[in-house]
Amino acid sequence: MKVIHDTLIVYRRQIRHSLRQPAWLVFALVQPVFYLVLFGPLLEQVANTPGFPEGNAWSVFVPGLLVQLGIFGTLFAGFGLIEQLRDGIIDRMRVSPMSRVAILMGNVLRDATVLIVQATILTVLAIPFGLNLTWQALVGGLIAVILLAISFASISYAIAMVAKDEEPLVGVLNLFSPPLLLLSGILLPMTLAPQWLQYVSDANPVKHVVDGLRQLFYGELWNSTVGWGLFAVTLMAVVCVAGATRTFQRENP
Amino acid sequence: MGFETQNALLRIALSMGTVRIMNMITTRGLARTFRSKSGAVNAVRGVDIDVAVGEIVGFLGPNGAGKTTTLRMLTTLIDPTAGDATVAGHDLRTDPVGVRRSIGYVAQGHSTERAAQVREELLDQAAFYGIDPREGAKRADELIEAFELGSFQNKVIKELSGGQRRRVEVSLGMVHSPKLVFLDEPTTGLDPQSRANLWDHVRALREQHGSTVFITTHYLEEADALCDRVLILDDGQIIASGTPDELKRGIGGDLITVEVDGDRDAARDVIAAAVEGATIETPEGGRALRITIANGDSQLPIILRALDAAGMTVATVQLARPSLDDVFLKLTGKSLRDEN
Repeated sequence: MKVIHDTLIVYRRQIRHSLRQPAWLVFALVQPVFYLVLFGPLLEQVANTPGFPEGNAWSVFVPGLLVQLGIFGTLFAGFGLIEQLRDGIIDRMRVSPMSRVAILMGNVLRDATVLIVQATILTVLAIPFGLNLTWQALVGGLIAVILLAISFASISYAIAMVAKDEEPLVGVLNLFSPPLLLLSGILLPMTLAPQWLQYVSDANPVKHVVDGLRQLFYGELWNSTVGWGLFAVTLMAVVCVAGATRTFQRENP
Repeated sequence: MGFETQNALLRIALSMGTVRIMNMITTRGLARTFRSKSGAVNAVRGVDIDVAVGEIVGFLGPNGAGKTTTLRMLTTLIDPTAGDATVAGHDLRTDPVGVRRSIGYVAQGHSTERAAQVREELLDQAAFYGIDPREGAKRADELIEAFELGSFQNKVIKELSGGQRRRVEVSLGMVHSPKLVFLDEPTTGLDPQSRANLWDHVRALREQHGSTVFITTHYLEEADALCDRVLILDDGQIIASGTPDELKRGIGGDLITVEVDGDRDAARDVIAAAVEGATIETPEGGRALRITIANGDSQLPIILRALDAAGMTVATVQLARPSLDDVFLKLTGKSLRDEN
């Protein structure tokens, strides 16, 4: 199919350019590693608090860090698109007969690929701190990260395509990312929250992704929490890709 | 076959639809209005353009005249708000993909990825057009040779000079051997040598591939050196068209500038008496007289002899053919150069 063929062309091109600038691949990892080293040890004490989920501090904290990486590693991907717009590269593609959706998906899949590498490194780095890593945790973590990356990269590209400028993109992302982060239980589990805050956080799909992933890291293979998490992250990916696809088609007739 | 018979046959063929005399570009009333907070802006106010197969046509006008907007409509990047156009045989509104397959477009400003190598950009561009990798590699090598990119084909774009990068960008527009090429201010920001070099490449496009070229520029020398025909655009409308020579002839004469030692007003009377049909101006703050007159080359000796006979010393003399800038000045009251 033409759209798949064209997506692979854009993907191959973007991967090649990313490999040529490996520095930022590392930069994106710096922040979660800081959290791992400078915040994780705090939780070892907090883990004894009533209301803290099952498992040791690291099996609770690392899933949160992975989800955070999945969101914040891609939420700013739109900046790259704005640069390509400004450098006339998107117009060059648009004048060719290639599929418009391929421009979106090629970039999104590149971001997901980068995230797989970063998530694997982060997870392995957590082992010496005390994470007991199992295969189902690693595979579940990677699936969650890929789907989150696809979701948030799509949103970011769609906003960038409409805004065509950095400032509106920064504004929108700064408005939505703090509640998204705080209401997902990434840093501290929502089970520690007062009732009303728990209700609010239930409306945040990311919270269910974090909960499901924590179950996998605790050692569960499948239960309703894992199921809800998988459902939430899949739904997010489908909705975000569909929305971004429509935006790209509308903006690029 | 006699001319009459040929004509009759052609008419029959035309009526049967077997032969079409095709323009490469035909537009009628093509217009684009942008909506902004301060109201509607008519960037292009209904232009009629006809470009024949194999022509190099220049689109000349100051910044903001609507050149780029027109080009972006013709290359399917933005929709016209009114009017119709057929580009390379495809209707702009109903068959944009057909248009895209047939045209090459080199945008104003840059269109290359800084992190990419030159040859990679050519290979990717071929892939964008659905050319298979082997054929794409062949085309890339041909273009590397034609545009003399060989010495830096494996460098990344950001290491190139302005002229080199521009050559790469023009070559990218040719990967799929388009029969129609749009170049939007291809030589802006280049030094004169790189500019002349790029002109050679544009001429070669037509000579070697029979391509039709539609080029926007605000450089008069460029239109003069390169174009068979020039369309002058101002404020979203085409205000004149013709070959550069036709346009210049329309201005009504050559310009002779004479500097005299002595009384300028007396000199003016001498000249007015010596030649007919001259417009003589005496710009303030100098000793120059500006004489606009047809056939300046044959009138100049007469003027000089008359001044000499009147005992006036001529310090300097200049004869200038009108430039496209003069054409523009006469048509719009504005100088093309001031706008930049």
